[in-house]
Amino acid sequence: MDVYLQAIKLVFDPYVLTVILVSAIYGLFVGCIPGLTATMATALLVPITFFMPPVPAVAAIVTATAMAIFSGDIPGALLRIPGTPASAAYTDEAYAMTLKGQAEVALGAGLWFSAIGGLFGTLVMIFMAPSLAEIALNFSSFEYFWLVLLGLAGAVFIGSASILKASISLLLGLLIASIGLENPGGYPRFTFGINELLSGVNLIPMMVGMFAVSELLRFMVDMKPAVRIANAKLGNVFNGMWLLTIKYKWSLLRGSVLGTIIGIQPGSGADMASWMSYAMSKRFSKEPEKFGTGHVEGIIESGAANNSSLAGAWIPALVFGIPGDSITAIAIGVLYIKGLNPGPMIFVNNPQSVYAIFLVFILANLIMLPLGWATIKAANNVLRVPRNILMPIILVFCIVGAFAINNSMFGVGLILFFGVLAFILEENGFPTAPAILGVVLGTMLEENFITSMIKSDGSPAVFFTRPIAGGLAVATIVILFWPVGAWAVRRLRRRAAQSA
Amino acid sequence: MKLNDTVWGGLLLALSLAILWNIRTFPQIPGQSIGPAAFPGLLAVALAGCAIALIVRGLRAEHARLVFGDWMRSRHHVGNFLLTVAVLLFYIFAADVLGFLVTATLILLAMFLKLGVRVKVALPVAIGAVFFIHIVFYKLLRVSLPWGILPILY
Repeated sequence: MDVYLQAIKLVFDPYVLTVILVSAIYGLFVGCIPGLTATMATALLVPITFFMPPVPAVAAIVTATAMAIFSGDIPGALLRIPGTPASAAYTDEAYAMTLKGQAEVALGAGLWFSAIGGLFGTLVMIFMAPSLAEIALNFSSFEYFWLVLLGLAGAVFIGSASILKASISLLLGLLIASIGLENPGGYPRFTFGINELLSGVNLIPMMVGMFAVSELLRFMVDMKPAVRIANAKLGNVFNGMWLLTIKYKWSLLRGSVLGTIIGIQPGSGADMASWMSYAMSKRFSKEPEKFGTGHVEGIIESGAANNSSLAGAWIPALVFGIPGDSITAIAIGVLYIKGLNPGPMIFVNNPQSVYAIFLVFILANLIMLPLGWATIKAANNVLRVPRNILMPIILVFCIVGAFAINNSMFGVGLILFFGVLAFILEENGFPTAPAILGVVLGTMLEENFITSMIKSDGSPAVFFTRPIAGGLAVATIVILFWPVGAWAVRRLRRRAAQSA
Repeated sequence: MKLNDTVWGGLLLALSLAILWNIRTFPQIPGQSIGPAAFPGLLAVALAGCAIALIVRGLRAEHARLVFGDWMRSRHHVGNFLLTVAVLLFYIFAADVLGFLVTATLILLAMFLKLGVRVKVALPVAIGAVFFIHIVFYKLLRVSLPWGILPILY
């Protein structure tokens, strides 16, 4: 009980509450502006959280992302442009509702069911994470090796357009992680004689570059004409939400469960959760013919899913130190910097911090209701913020943020390098999310690999003989060879069909 | 700017070979058969495999070697792209001499004007934004942003 009290004290501190409030407003604003994603919001927050104690730092990230994922729905409904990729699945549906004069129902459903989905994911996390951590305490380097590999395999094989390109992106990330002194031999690798690289590539400037500067470059070359804002009159967005909750309780539950599961699965986050549950909602609906014409059911299900995935993604992040999506990949970086190393030991040494994070999740999803309501009210003005003024200011912010970490110009060089790199890679169909997971997990993968190899005296059999390690190995190998197997089966079938 | 898969494959293959060449000289951990070369070595081999697969795929597809995206045909947008890169380089090389306030204001002005913001708006917004960021980072977070040619005001 004492730990819970400590956690409450950690969160209900005027400083932390202010941080939560400010980052909530920030997240709502960023999510609302098309072209600024929740991941970018996180990357831009990191340089500021660098100067905060651990709990408010995590609180800022948790709150801002939850808000951004909801408020991405707003421009989706009003402009037919998703504010964040996580809202893209049901943007057409929400816009169709606006055209029918039901903008307030679309936005209300987005807000109400985002909050419920978020709370659902949080509850799963609260009940699941500590017991998983107890199991994880028995894990040795073998289990961790497979676990990291499983996470990375999931990142590559689930939901990438090209598995080959996603694998390359992942390998590049892992190679970036092997730069510097931090390796089993303590030998400076790939530093090109640059002193700053001895400690490895600093994560914060790298993330600011990959997620913020590259997004800015994309804005600078965006050729789509500026959009005009439909002036929608919005009444009370909470009207009728209770009736919808009762009518679509199964959709809500399905969306929340699926979202949480997709969140837990490393490498896939809110975007995937919302696409998959929109599709699922259509398949299980009693009236699938209404989908696409301005029907609220899909919005309920995937709106709940994308917010519940946020909490789901924190489960493997806290318990194993393996991020569930690119947002938690950034958050893990922050936890390490703050000395709050994720992993099962955090539940033993620092349970109050973990419970504080749980509390922040609950709080964030609760204050989403009034603040989200206010944002919807102000939407017409927020959407009018000119992006040609906003984007250059964000660039200056990126520069200062990257500089602030080490007070060194090298950080600014890094955001330029990784910004251009990520931009070119994405233009050529290489996804960037696997790369960031590779960078975050590279050191951990190598450490556990080398330790295991030394322990096993070079015999690879030990990687499979421990029961949990063996199970994880099988799972990893299944995921790794799934596409190859599927491809072979398809080919054989085609052959059989041709010869028949 | 879209390069053909074959070209990407070639570049990545070269990278993996360079890594394999580089790790030859890495020392072993004393008394162990494994060392700092093992992990990047494995990665480089995997990368080489992927690169070869990419080359094969590119050769089969027979696309043009280099495809310019729509934006690369628009002078205006290429200019936007280059300007973004240029202002970052400008900051790296000029900030220590000119100081944060001057450099950042110049950067904002250049980008605002390029993006079609009117001078009447651009100038006050640039100055205001720079001061705001300065206050947040210099005063509140105590980041030692360079002063450059400006004498220390406070």
